[in-house]
Amino acid sequence: MRLDRPDERGRFGAYGGMFAPETLMPALIDLEGAFTEAWADPSFHSDLDELLSSYVGRPTPVYHAERISAELGIDLWLKREDLAHTGAHKINNTVAQGLLTTRMGKRRVIAETGAGQHGVATATACALFDLECVVYMGEKDIERQALNVYRMELLGAEVIPVTTGAGTLKDAVSAALRDWVASVASTHYIIGSVVGPHPFPWMVREFQKVIGEELKRQLEVPPHVIVAPVGGGSNAMGIFYPFVGDEGVTLVGVEAAGRGIETGMHGASLGEGSPGVLHGAMTYMLQDEFGQVLEAHSISAGLDYPGVGPEHAYFKDAQLVRYVSVTDDEAVVAFHRLAVTEGITPALESAHGLAWIIREAESLAGQTVVLNLSGRGDKDVQQVAGLDG
Amino acid sequence: MGEAMRETGRDRLNAMFAAMRASGRAALLPYLTAAIPTFEASVRLFKAMADAGADGFEVGIPYADPLMDGPVIMRAGRQALDAGVTVPVALDLVARVVEETGKPVLAMTYVNPVLRRGIERFFNEVATTGAVGLIIADLPADEAVPFLEAASATGLGMSLFVAPTTDDARLQAALDLDPAFIYAIAEVGVTGERDDASSNTERMAARIRERSDTPIVFGVGISTPDQAAAAGRHGDGVIVGSAIVRRVIDAGSAAEAESAVASFVGDIAAALA
Repeated sequence: MRLDRPDERGRFGAYGGMFAPETLMPALIDLEGAFTEAWADPSFHSDLDELLSSYVGRPTPVYHAERISAELGIDLWLKREDLAHTGAHKINNTVAQGLLTTRMGKRRVIAETGAGQHGVATATACALFDLECVVYMGEKDIERQALNVYRMELLGAEVIPVTTGAGTLKDAVSAALRDWVASVASTHYIIGSVVGPHPFPWMVREFQKVIGEELKRQLEVPPHVIVAPVGGGSNAMGIFYPFVGDEGVTLVGVEAAGRGIETGMHGASLGEGSPGVLHGAMTYMLQDEFGQVLEAHSISAGLDYPGVGPEHAYFKDAQLVRYVSVTDDEAVVAFHRLAVTEGITPALESAHGLAWIIREAESLAGQTVVLNLSGRGDKDVQQVAGLDG
Repeated sequence: MGEAMRETGRDRLNAMFAAMRASGRAALLPYLTAAIPTFEASVRLFKAMADAGADGFEVGIPYADPLMDGPVIMRAGRQALDAGVTVPVALDLVARVVEETGKPVLAMTYVNPVLRRGIERFFNEVATTGAVGLIIADLPADEAVPFLEAASATGLGMSLFVAPTTDDARLQAALDLDPAFIYAIAEVGVTGERDDASSNTERMAARIRERSDTPIVFGVGISTPDQAAAAGRHGDGVIVGSAIVRRVIDAGSAAEAESAVASFVGDIAAALA
């Protein structure tokens, strides 16, 4: 059963909750109150809907990818989140949280970013709402996503390199949370995925579910399969949630198998992890026998995360969504293939979804499949070019 | 009935707070990450601090993603993890510190290592070391019940947190859970050294005292003898962490670390007297 909202302890079944330092707890509770009130307020929805249509460019189209469909022997449709303003689904959440920040009377925003898409989307919302913006980004990600770093700075944000850990998304989330522990009175943390302590996973899901709601209206007949990449899991949650429990619709979340599950260098928190507390929520995570968080690995900075949103953990246990994984190499092949057959360069994250579809083409033969094309691949072109040598 | 009632960790912790109240000063509780720079040198550091006037200790079990800690304690934790200081090694160190110093020792960790081990097993293992209690940095009162039950079953004294941001309802809810002491977060922010003494301690202590006699231990942002003395006027105990850890990780040798830490702890003890 899909849950409309988590229980009073912020749990989706056994997952979620609020494992946060006490200093943050009052802010989390205030945020829950502010979000609940705003989400019940028609004027918040009309302001948000107006922005989503005139600023973000929603609804995003659903494109029938005929050439690759013919090649694969399936009926493949792409939900074009890559065509949303700033080039990914992340803007759905940041515009909504930006509006909420203004409503809460806070003037400073912090965010974490992996691939840089959420950082860019947050910097964009902050420019729009005239908010001070600080984005934490791992130094390894700064290196592989240089274009997005410049875009954030162009938009007036300050990008702070995070040098702890492996210098990737996990470390950026931790750095943002540490900032928030100190700055909580004046600052809102625009978290970029359905992760973190309650109410974030619920709130971000509510802000992203517009993807699946649109898709329901756009297709005359429900698809057989909906596929989306899963790092923290916000684009997948956004497209899956309205379909969870619908008969005849199979939902497939694709995690990063990195260099191969067997190498231990992957980001498959649901597939290979175990329940634990990461970044304030009980969820599946990559950890050692003593509960130390392990480093994830993925070619895609957005999937390079050792945890996942707690509602995905709930969906996994309840068998409402199937979670699979593909390797870096498979994702790169898919990246090229979409470029040459459809003239679309997908984000490496989205390429993971396509890679699974390509691998499973035979078993999917004749079915209608929707891929959430969560972001565009411009940010990844340089990295892929480097691989091609 | 079988064997006589044994004194629990919480009893010994209470005894320490009672003795400190009787002597009219706050307990000095230095924090140090377990087993840095090495296991044996770490034991010597705790002994040196005991000799210099520490009344008890908080021993940090290193954690990979410590959300409540600033750069100094993060670095120390990373150094310890890289040197192979797992949870069992850290608990061995706790046991040695208990044995060699005879002081009340609080183990400090984050919630995930406890959950991974199993709450009951983890608390049992901590109790076996002879520690008097446990501090779990990212565990708010809202999620604390199963942990408090384990504390009660093992006789360990567990703290709950109050921050400057905590409102009256949350403060009362924490006190209603009967923690062994309140860890009062003196500064909004993560652990680390600050230039000024906290302006929050007097008001926080008054708000707690108004409702309860539960011992109050101040921590976070207390890094000089003056700051410790200021916090000590309002609390039953004072935790000094980053300023001590920094002296250890910046020292050129274990011997240098020992003398730096002993002299610093001596200065704080004098300021609290």
